[in-house]
Amino acid sequence: MNTAFLIQLLVNGLVVGTLYGVVAMSFVLIYKATQVVNFAQGELLLVGAWVCWALLAKYQVPFWIGMPMTLVFMFVFGIAIQVLILRPMIGEPIISVIMVTIGLSTVFQAALKWMFGVNPQPFPRVFESQSVNLLGLQIQTVYIMSLVVSVAMMIGMAWFFRASKYGLAMRATAFNQQVAQSLGISVKSVFAMAWAISATVSAVAGVVVAVVNGVSSGLAAYGIKVFPAAILGGLDSVGGAVLGGIIIGLLENIAQYVDSQYLHWGNLYEIAPFYVLIIVLMIKPYGLFGTHDIERI
Amino acid sequence: MAGPALIPAGDFRTTYAADTTIFPTRTSRNFAIAGVLLLCLAPQFFSGYWLSILIQIGIFSIAALGLNILVGFTGQISIGHAAFFLLGAFTSAYISNNAPIPVFFAIPLAGIVTALVGLVFGIPAARLKGLYLVIATLAAQYILLDFFSRAEWFSGGSVPASAEPFSIFGYALRGDKQYFYVVLAYVLASYVLVTNLMRTRDGRALVAIRDHYLSAEIMGINLTKYRTLSFGLAAFFAGIAGALYAHYQLVVSQEGFGIERSILFLAMIIIGGTGSIMGTLMGTAFVVLLPESMEWLSLQLKGGAIDHALSLNTNITFLREIAIGLIIIAFLMFEPDGLAHRWRQIKAYWKLYPFSH
Repeated sequence: MNTAFLIQLLVNGLVVGTLYGVVAMSFVLIYKATQVVNFAQGELLLVGAWVCWALLAKYQVPFWIGMPMTLVFMFVFGIAIQVLILRPMIGEPIISVIMVTIGLSTVFQAALKWMFGVNPQPFPRVFESQSVNLLGLQIQTVYIMSLVVSVAMMIGMAWFFRASKYGLAMRATAFNQQVAQSLGISVKSVFAMAWAISATVSAVAGVVVAVVNGVSSGLAAYGIKVFPAAILGGLDSVGGAVLGGIIIGLLENIAQYVDSQYLHWGNLYEIAPFYVLIIVLMIKPYGLFGTHDIERI
Repeated sequence: MAGPALIPAGDFRTTYAADTTIFPTRTSRNFAIAGVLLLCLAPQFFSGYWLSILIQIGIFSIAALGLNILVGFTGQISIGHAAFFLLGAFTSAYISNNAPIPVFFAIPLAGIVTALVGLVFGIPAARLKGLYLVIATLAAQYILLDFFSRAEWFSGGSVPASAEPFSIFGYALRGDKQYFYVVLAYVLASYVLVTNLMRTRDGRALVAIRDHYLSAEIMGINLTKYRTLSFGLAAFFAGIAGALYAHYQLVVSQEGFGIERSILFLAMIIIGGTGSIMGTLMGTAFVVLLPESMEWLSLQLKGGAIDHALSLNTNITFLREIAIGLIIIAFLMFEPDGLAHRWRQIKAYWKLYPFSH
């Protein structure tokens, strides 16, 4: 039993898990508000990270200007996707809409490779990275930064939904589109807002991962890991998505620990979340907090 | 098959048999038979390159047909189709290498094995309402590919597995020209099978589920059973196509069968037309020919201004992926019924010329 290694992995899992949670949260946001299962969530992370990288590394913009510029860009980008591509699809069968997002992910993935190359790029140094000794554990400051940013975004999102007017409108739309519309909520702008917020939050997560690991197309994997997290938490529960993300992150690292210490299968880390996904679908299909689908005729 | 626009005035169908007929007129049947006979002559006329493209279209169209049962007729999505295709390929190679079973029987066996494995992933999702199947198949894609890279006894691990050439009762077929007929036979059998399936009670149940699952359930259609059935069928055809691919290439590797390939299968049926059997064939031809034509185009443009601006040589793979993605989106937005719909309109145009209605 290698305790130090295990604790290191658990800390790692917590950091990665909160990031999964943030991405899953923005995925669930789109699903709840617009009923679209977004297969291009990971690509939103990737777009955000590359844009920020281009601003900082290519155009030498300082971080405190570059980051807000990235966020504004992603906000507009999210609205643009919704207005140009998904709005015309309203009323089409839901499977067509899902396939459109699959198409979008292909386009973004390839276009970004085309523009920025296939090689991973190191992110410009934003913070002085050093190790902090916390209760006998060596923890890198970027990890603490990542954790703080993720938690801040979760709190921000919770505040937005509970206290702000737009958040209320969005919850109303998620509950029942027709009733919301008849009460004077512009469902169109709620849809656009959902995409904009989701894209912005994803971009923050993308930049955080990029600061820690550098930018590469592997970032889009976060978009795939969203599915185990969201299924575990319940597809339509924002809180569940966060918890699901943290559990998946921890589980990945525990799988890696078991793998490296006992099993020596290799690569279990990557694949464990998908086994969890299948098992959850078998025993608790609506996840921890998802609402059961009960239909009235 | 024929849309309402094609039925001439005064053509009243009085029996169910007449209404569900595959060929509405004798001419259309004769044309279909003539088309198949012409295809039989193809190896005599085509060079090796075109023949290999035809074989590819044939193999992929069987897999796409399976996916179309799921997407077009049942209204569920799978993005793990490439993994099932690969599973069929490995299974058939494994069976024919390790058991005294000729390839002729190994191919259908591979289809059955793939269908069974597909059901393991599909059953939990098929019990649920909504689109959980798409997420379960996503997991299947990753889990199966991981399994292939791990299980050296089955798939050779990182080394590609070898497959035996096609043989019937000791007589081995060699070369593209002979293999073309094997693929053609399988394509014909699958297409006839699926066309007929859609005319039966079970086929209509699938369509009913797609159109309105709640009404279908009220009418006594067992949702779980039919969703599972259609997913099993989709995996079955993927397995058959994969097995054919294995014995065509004689070597199976997992290179190029990631999630992009699954999306490519989806592109085939979206472009061809979801829910159209002939459209599947057209869509597959489109998707197989697209990279070839882009290759050709980039050769034509070599040295020109566009070549310099886009540096085509190095970026052709990315441009191809972008094109596939954009075409998927464009078809879904502007031509959701795909090429099959275009084809029907062209036929109607000729039939009704010079009038527009």
